[in-house]
Amino acid sequence: MLYALKIATRYLTASKAQTALLVLGVAVGVFIFIFMSALIGGLAEFILSRTVGDISHVTITAEDGDPAILIRPDGQVLSVIERGRSRTATLAEAATFIPLIETVPGVVAVSPQITGAGFLTRGAQVAQVSVSGLEPGRESAILDLDGYITQGSARLGSGLIVLGETLADDMSLRLGQTLRLQASTGSSAVLTLSGIYDTGNGMIDASRVYVSLSTARTLFGLPQGVTRIEIKLADLNAADATALRIRALTGLDAVPWTDGAEQLMEALNAQAQTGYFLKSFALITIVIGVASALLLSTYRRRPEIGIMRAMGAGRGFVIFVFVTQGALVGLMGGLSGAALGYLALLPFPSRDAFEAGTLPMDITQGSYGLAITLTVIGAILASILPARAAARVDPVTAIGQ
Amino acid sequence: MTALLEVSDLFKTFGTGEAETRVLRGLSLTLQPGELAALLGPSGSGKSTFLTILGTLMKPTSGGYAMLGQDLVAADDRALTEFRNRHIGFVFQFHNLLPDFTALENVVFPTAVREGRETTAARARGRELLTRMGLEARIDFPSANLSGGQKQRVAVARALMNRPELVLADEPTGNLDRASAMQVMDLIAEINRDEGTTFLISTHDEKIAGLCRRQIVVGDGVVTG
Ligand SMILES: Nc1ncnc2c1ncn2[C@@H]1O[C@H](COP(=O)(O)OP(=O)(O)O)[C@@H](O)[C@H]1O
Ligand SMILES: [Mg+2]
Repeated sequence: MLYALKIATRYLTASKAQTALLVLGVAVGVFIFIFMSALIGGLAEFILSRTVGDISHVTITAEDGDPAILIRPDGQVLSVIERGRSRTATLAEAATFIPLIETVPGVVAVSPQITGAGFLTRGAQVAQVSVSGLEPGRESAILDLDGYITQGSARLGSGLIVLGETLADDMSLRLGQTLRLQASTGSSAVLTLSGIYDTGNGMIDASRVYVSLSTARTLFGLPQGVTRIEIKLADLNAADATALRIRALTGLDAVPWTDGAEQLMEALNAQAQTGYFLKSFALITIVIGVASALLLSTYRRRPEIGIMRAMGAGRGFVIFVFVTQGALVGLMGGLSGAALGYLALLPFPSRDAFEAGTLPMDITQGSYGLAITLTVIGAILASILPARAAARVDPVTAIGQ
Repeated sequence: MTALLEVSDLFKTFGTGEAETRVLRGLSLTLQPGELAALLGPSGSGKSTFLTILGTLMKPTSGGYAMLGQDLVAADDRALTEFRNRHIGFVFQFHNLLPDFTALENVVFPTAVREGRETTAARARGRELLTRMGLEARIDFPSANLSGGQKQRVAVARALMNRPELVLADEPTGNLDRASAMQVMDLIAEINRDEGTTFLISTHDEKIAGLCRRQIVVGDGVVTG
């Protein structure tokens, strides 16, 4: 209905100040919507990158063979053969699986590791540490070891050890010193301290040491295979699906980071809910604003509506004129609000440069299209009531002869 | 010759109980094609009510009304809207034009609303009608800026836009000075003579009524003369 559109447009342009104010009101609602989207999205991103950015997104650990249990037919347990303490379960065929896992879409990095417990000694000082053997060249695949290095280098090689600042301070260690690392298996190695890092994570900084995969092989007596495969994904949220894929592909027990992160997920969920709540509020405000403005307009234009009806305009035409006004207001407010929101978000640092203390606004998560679409839909819904009121105007009383 | 419209035993009552007002009480009337008729009667005699019913904007309480062979009492809103658009033109005393539109846009409205857009042909006819009304200089004027007499002439042009058989004018000159009133009446008489359009014009002004070929007087809810 081109003609109804013309009339709707004319009605809106006839009272420019009023229309501008209405559009501004809608734009503010859209602005809030976009601002909230960017904030909640950015906040989630920020929290996730802080908490799980440095951890493995999908992890495969060697399964220890289940201890054998001898059970009598009546159900009584006769004997349990306990799991050997020194025996380490391995992923023997890791070498064949790793290239396979690397082909899975969304996988950014794969890090085969040998992990275990050990004691670090220097002179009379002893510290209990957890040992991670990493493949040289893949030191920063999961945890950005390179980025956290404060002294020396993250580069691992035979005879080298990299450890955290807290541990170094506790044991008064300096770069280049030699240390003895004794594994839980009993074997030990003499290593040179080649790098000190500060991740900000107390546990890692105080008790984790990194050695090369081959050093770990010797220490833990594993001539082949690994004990753990850590996998980093491009998209954190794809962990569940990717873990399933890897499981199907390799038959290995791939576990997504979300397993055991229920509290974090709950917190993020609650945050998202708050966002939805606030965004709904913004939309409701838009709907009420448009509805009341149009209702006022139908009232003011009663005589004209009466004339149009007398001239042969059907009820449908009148409804169309007012719904179109609502849609136009929604569209204009939506577009200007989205533009405003985008401009307001521009000065905030990008998602890779979030800093603690600033609002972690993510301009890419403004949901601009959604905001505009919902606003137009909301404005159209808001105009239905006024439009119906307009269509019900009795020409006789409206013209008031 | 078949009548243009026939009204028989028309009743219209407003309100109920204490507030009941019986405005039309068995009014009957026949109009032939091409008539130029005045509807006379004192204020409150029911002229507007009658014209509103003839214009299908209101239903009678009882009685019959048919125009061009169509029963307009039984018809529904959709059919009446369509009928009005094609066969009946209106000129009201107040609130005649859409203030945010130009004279031409007002005139072409009845055609545009039917066709869904303002066609070139409709605009051409609108211009022709406005020129005929002596408003060629006001064609693209915002209607809100026109004088009272000019507005009524635009309203007459609009009433004629879809070449209706009947034009109902409810005190079209009631708001105008004598000179403007005469100008509007002259144009109506001219159109009636040239195109054969039937006009029914309500007025309580004897002088205006005198310009019409037929005078219909209402009183006590019926035609008295
Ligand atoms: N909608 C209405 N409700 C109640 N009374 C009405 C209504 N419309 C008209 N009337 C009454 O009907 C009578 C005739 O009014 P009207 O048709 O306007 O007369 P006229 O046009 O001749 O002055 C008046 O007494 C008026 O008060
Ligand atoms: Mg009247």
